Amino acid sequence: MDYNLMREFADSWGLLAMALFFVGCIAFALRPGGKAHADHAAQIPLQDD
Amino acid sequence: MKYGTEIVLLSLFAFGAVVAAGFGADEPFRQHMWVLFFVVAGFTAILMRNSDFKPAPLVDPEAYMDGPVRYGAIATMFWGVVGMLVGVIIALQLAFPDLNIQPWFNFGRLRPLHTSGVVFAFGGNALLCTSLYVVQRTCRARLFGGNLAWFVFWGYQLFIVMAATGYLLGITESREYAEPEWYVDIWLTIVWVAYLLLFLGTILKRKEPHIYVANWFYLSFIVTIAMLHVVNNLSMPASFLGSKSYSAFSGVQDALTQWWYGHNAVGFFLTAGFLGMMYYFVPKQVNRPVYSYRLSIIHFWALIFLYIWAGPHHLHYTALPDWAQTLGMVFSIMLWMPSWGGMINGLMTLSGAWDKIRTDPIVRMMVAAIAFYGMSTFEGPMMSIKTVNSLSHYTDWTIGHVHSGALGWVGLISFGAIYYMVPKLWNRPRLYSTRLVTWHFWLATLGIVVYAAVMWVSGIMQGLMWREYDEQGFLVYSFAETVAAMHPYYIMRAAGGAMYLAGALIMAWNITMTIRGYQREEQPLPGSAPAIQPAE
Repeated sequence: MDYNLMREFADSWGLLAMALFFVGCIAFALRPGGKAHADHAAQIPLQDD
Repeated sequence: MKYGTEIVLLSLFAFGAVVAAGFGADEPFRQHMWVLFFVVAGFTAILMRNSDFKPAPLVDPEAYMDGPVRYGAIATMFWGVVGMLVGVIIALQLAFPDLNIQPWFNFGRLRPLHTSGVVFAFGGNALLCTSLYVVQRTCRARLFGGNLAWFVFWGYQLFIVMAATGYLLGITESREYAEPEWYVDIWLTIVWVAYLLLFLGTILKRKEPHIYVANWFYLSFIVTIAMLHVVNNLSMPASFLGSKSYSAFSGVQDALTQWWYGHNAVGFFLTAGFLGMMYYFVPKQVNRPVYSYRLSIIHFWALIFLYIWAGPHHLHYTALPDWAQTLGMVFSIMLWMPSWGGMINGLMTLSGAWDKIRTDPIVRMMVAAIAFYGMSTFEGPMMSIKTVNSLSHYTDWTIGHVHSGALGWVGLISFGAIYYMVPKLWNRPRLYSTRLVTWHFWLATLGIVVYAAVMWVSGIMQGLMWREYDEQGFLVYSFAETVAAMHPYYIMRAAGGAMYLAGALIMAWNITMTIRGYQREEQPLPGSAPAIQPAE
């Protein structure tokens, strides 16, 4: 495995995989019904002491 | 026997230090090993004096383990004062070179002592103790691994002592924010892996099903720093018992490795970790949930995906390929979005409770911290643009930028978190004095404003003088002329830093008195209690 091979992987499949993962994270956060779950999670620090 | 295993292991460790001091290949290494010996032997002696043969008390597996957090809060305060004091000293050394005391206290040795002292000793201890405080309370679980937390705490303090004394002895790897030599790096790796196990283990045994967002930020900080530290410090020691090593990389690859590390130390040590602090302590202090939890998730992923690519902006107009410079610049500019998203999320957590900025000086401190986060993450991407960088690079503008982030964001949010935690950790009804917090706030804020404004003027002047040509194409100013022109600004900068240090000293006093259980008799701040209406 040389530099050029890694370089090519990085700006093709690597880039695509990371971009899709990122978009997936955002989509999951904004999924329908996610707000109720998020509002519950936001209360976690306020529930004790 | 209490501390039995620890005493045996530490004695062997101290013996190893003596052997290394005897067989060391160079004089600084031998001196450094003597330092290690006296520190470890002293610590062992303290453990021996506190040892006894009583059966170990039962530990409630449900109760939070706050001992290391308490020690960490004190260590944060102590190293903060030390690191900021060294900062004021080196600021004065720049203004008055006669203050350089050879060889141990010259600028070249004190400067890494200042940067490591404030970043790793002050900031690191703040992150360590708040992360252990937050992870237990948001996971509703005791720290994982029994005494592992104590190993992490004391191991980290040993790293700080070895790094600091090494700098003064003249031992350095000359890598920005990573100056300790190979053997101290190996020790930090061990401590850091233990920290990761401690944090991850606590998350795994959590009773709360959801992992709160603050823990995501803390975890990303721990994981990324482990990766950055190992790769940046890949080096070959020149001798087995010697203080010199050579980097595994050379030339521009080495430069890029250093700034990949250096900028992500800013991104994940000084940003992600402290954002974890913001996402827990701001909601707690204002007693309201974070403005938008979903925005905080997006903030997290966007920051993680973008920050790691921004490092090349430190190497504009160098031998680094042009495409890599542009990549660093573009990713830096994209960072505007998550940074400002996070800033808005932190500030808007106060919606409906804005009056607390006026009545609660701790909230005011946190809000100022978030505002400085916004300002310095606006300034940074702007300075990463190549044309702006051609003026700002290598000048004091960079120093001013770093300090608006470090003093404004990192410092103030840590102070706010410590002010919040200390009365809770020691079961005190309140701080010793709220009015002293107000004093601290104004001294710190004015100190930052003086510092940053002076460095803008000085840095832009410096950059303009360097690039000034006359009509025949000759440089107008010699380097020494630019140095002389900056002298008044250097004095003003030291004054700004001294104000910030004075605020930290007030805080140290306030925290000490709170821990000792005193409460200052003072008028409550206007507006902090509802005004009493006379009966009609």
